[in-house]
Amino acid sequence: MEHKTIVKAEKEKQEILITRTFDLPIHLLFKAYTEADLVEQWMGNKVLKLENKPHGSYQFEKKDEKGNVLFRANGSIHTVNENQNIIRTFEMENTPFPVQLEFLDFEAINSETSKLIMKIVFKSVVDRDNMLQLPFAQGINMAHNELQKVIGQLK
Amino acid sequence: MKLRRDVFQAIADPTRRTIISLVALQALTPTAIAENFDYSRQTISKHIQILTECEILGQEQKGREIYYRLNPNGMKEIADFIEPFRKLWDDRFNKLESVMKNYKSEK
Repeated sequence: MEHKTIVKAEKEKQEILITRTFDLPIHLLFKAYTEADLVEQWMGNKVLKLENKPHGSYQFEKKDEKGNVLFRANGSIHTVNENQNIIRTFEMENTPFPVQLEFLDFEAINSETSKLIMKIVFKSVVDRDNMLQLPFAQGINMAHNELQKVIGQLK
Repeated sequence: MKLRRDVFQAIADPTRRTIISLVALQALTPTAIAENFDYSRQTISKHIQILTECEILGQEQKGREIYYRLNPNGMKEIADFIEPFRKLWDDRFNKLESVMKNYKSEK
């Protein structure tokens, strides 16, 4: 069975193409990106700022229970065309990752189904590959930490 | 199949896992990598060598220094490396879908 979310990353290119089909009408898919409380619900981040307009900006943040900032990201919003597309930048604060450019294209397949095509352009091929491999690296570390926790409980 | 076994061998060790997560953020010299550990340079070099042999790390010459980073070209099983990335987005979009389905039914 083909995955609902498809990631295409060609060798030696500095872009990633993420495609996803949703069982949602296009206006609901688009709303999920433009209403702060909805963004918070699905992204699991706090939305500090979200201005959906040309030359607008946004900032997201995630804290642990103690209030330490785990993740903070921001970007400029370049273009917003309702139910069509969003063009914005994305940058993770306090990391060596440079800013990236994101093109989000929303397409209606029929009245109940829609599609999101997200093209992310990176500063360099190396930066793209680093971002692509980050969840892999975090994943094996997390698996390791989980293992440590289990072993710790056995003691 | 050989490479697969090697990759598992490579990530079975906690020090090597830490090295992978360090170079995932940016290319580093062996000295910069070793600074993160209490082990000797030799021990760290050995781990770097294993990771390089398994084609997880790649080398890059910059002036006099050799930098190590995650190897994008030699990764024949690149799908294995990007699967966690795909999974991350798939989970995120699944959440979006369920949040918006609830939103629709609430209205």
